[in-house]
Amino acid sequence: MVDPATHRAIDAVWRIESARLIAGMTRIVRDVSVAEDLAQDALVAALEQWPQSGIPDNPGAWLMAAARHRGIDELRRRVTLQRKQELIGRDLQTLALLDQTDLAAQVDDIKDDVLRLVFMTCHPVLSENARVALTLRLLGGLSTPEIARAFLVSEGTVAQRIVRAKRTLAEAQVPFEMPGRDELADRVSAVLEVIYLVFNEGYAATAGEHWIRPALCGEALRMGRILTALMPGEPEVHGLLALLELQASRLRARVTPGGEPVRLADQDRARWDHLLVQRGLAALQRAEQLSGGLGPYTLQAAIAACHARARSIDETDWPRIVALYDALAALTGSPVVELNRAVAVTMAFGAEAGLELLTSLADEPVLRDYHLLPSVRGDFLVRLGRLTEAREQFLHAADLCDNARERELLLSRAAACDT
Amino acid sequence: MRFMVLVPGSPDSEAGVMPSLEILEAMTKYNEELVKAGVLLAADGLHPTSKGAKVRFDGGARKVIDGPFTEAKELVAGYWIWECASREEAIEWLKRAPFDGGVEIELREIFDPEAFGEQLTPELREANERLREQTGTSS
Repeated sequence: MVDPATHRAIDAVWRIESARLIAGMTRIVRDVSVAEDLAQDALVAALEQWPQSGIPDNPGAWLMAAARHRGIDELRRRVTLQRKQELIGRDLQTLALLDQTDLAAQVDDIKDDVLRLVFMTCHPVLSENARVALTLRLLGGLSTPEIARAFLVSEGTVAQRIVRAKRTLAEAQVPFEMPGRDELADRVSAVLEVIYLVFNEGYAATAGEHWIRPALCGEALRMGRILTALMPGEPEVHGLLALLELQASRLRARVTPGGEPVRLADQDRARWDHLLVQRGLAALQRAEQLSGGLGPYTLQAAIAACHARARSIDETDWPRIVALYDALAALTGSPVVELNRAVAVTMAFGAEAGLELLTSLADEPVLRDYHLLPSVRGDFLVRLGRLTEAREQFLHAADLCDNARERELLLSRAAACDT
Repeated sequence: MRFMVLVPGSPDSEAGVMPSLEILEAMTKYNEELVKAGVLLAADGLHPTSKGAKVRFDGGARKVIDGPFTEAKELVAGYWIWECASREEAIEWLKRAPFDGGVEIELREIFDPEAFGEQLTPELREANERLREQTGTSS
């Protein structure tokens, strides 16, 4: 029985070292699944030995050496037991790789190893769910139960996603290497998409009792920060980080102590996290300096920055936000962006202009069951004093909304139209 | 969880002497590690206390005391702000810092009860419990 303090200390070491350890082992054995097993074995060895020996001075190197030794022992045992020739062949190969590797020579390449690992866990052969689960597990160092909890699915489901993802990577023979120059842009955006998905699930949960799950936002932020250090020359990586830092800066003002959402217009801006605002603005500046034309994340960050710089909703530079949404809409063609643009147009030029834009969006299939469309329309109608129509829109929005807390807010807005 | 790491002053920092190239290199490398791990949020070094001042409060009276201040042990020469999942993680990072010579570096959690929403703290705690359970059963 390991005492809780030592256990927490080992957890901390794991959080710091696991991505580098798994990445380093993947490079040696060339199979992410085997690498993770060996890394887990090393963790088990640490849990056995560190409570007596204390945490070593260089825990990362210790874990790496332990993973290698465990691997060699395990494979030797299996090779002796196995009958099937082809399996022996594969194990012998892994064994040889482990045996021959000079661990000391590995250390300098670790930064690239982690980046290769990220490109692997976010590889396009994997489904969206699989990418998210595998990235949180291998880069974020989260356990299967933690991931399951974060996404409100069962542990079995997550475990299965991870097993399948690893199998898919092996079957597709996805190499542990940096993407080529011609595919780099696409692969980088696949990575950013995963980080953004994780953040968004925390920032505006699509399901469940809580509207925000800050722990998930925290993980996405951490991964975003890691990525900017791994790919300092990629403007959109800084753009995404800027967006996440700026959005996260509002987290504590976005919910009441009771857990109800607070709209941007009603937020107490003094409660925004100004350290994160500063970090977000600095990341945005780096993205803009690196970039020829601004990418979608940088544009969204630039919009968030307009809010971050404004002391109130009325002092916000809405015409600039409209211009940024114009650029974003041209780039993405997304109806959701058009919806946001309509909000900015209302704020800049009045609700009549905004309502007109919504009319043209009503037929968009993507928006048909999207609760924010009637919710936004309701908001515009309130501004125009058309309360009866507004009430109907809020009720309709509440019907479409899957999040309990957000639905309550919509119902209360509908009720407010009666008075 | 956010932490502040307070780096104490020394006769050198008070005299405005820049650290040696060797120390600067080690510190830069360490800071890079912190950035790469997504841990470092902010860091600043402070000018010597000769450029600082104290204000003493006594009833309605305010007395300004110009630097330098004498009790060098109590002086702060710089700080880091870190984002870590736990106190243990912050300690683990601090242990890797390139300090020497018996210097003691203070680590303090930044008090921010509302930062991540009170209603979620039990959830986080539970997630950590599960991690412990899981690693426990696998050992």
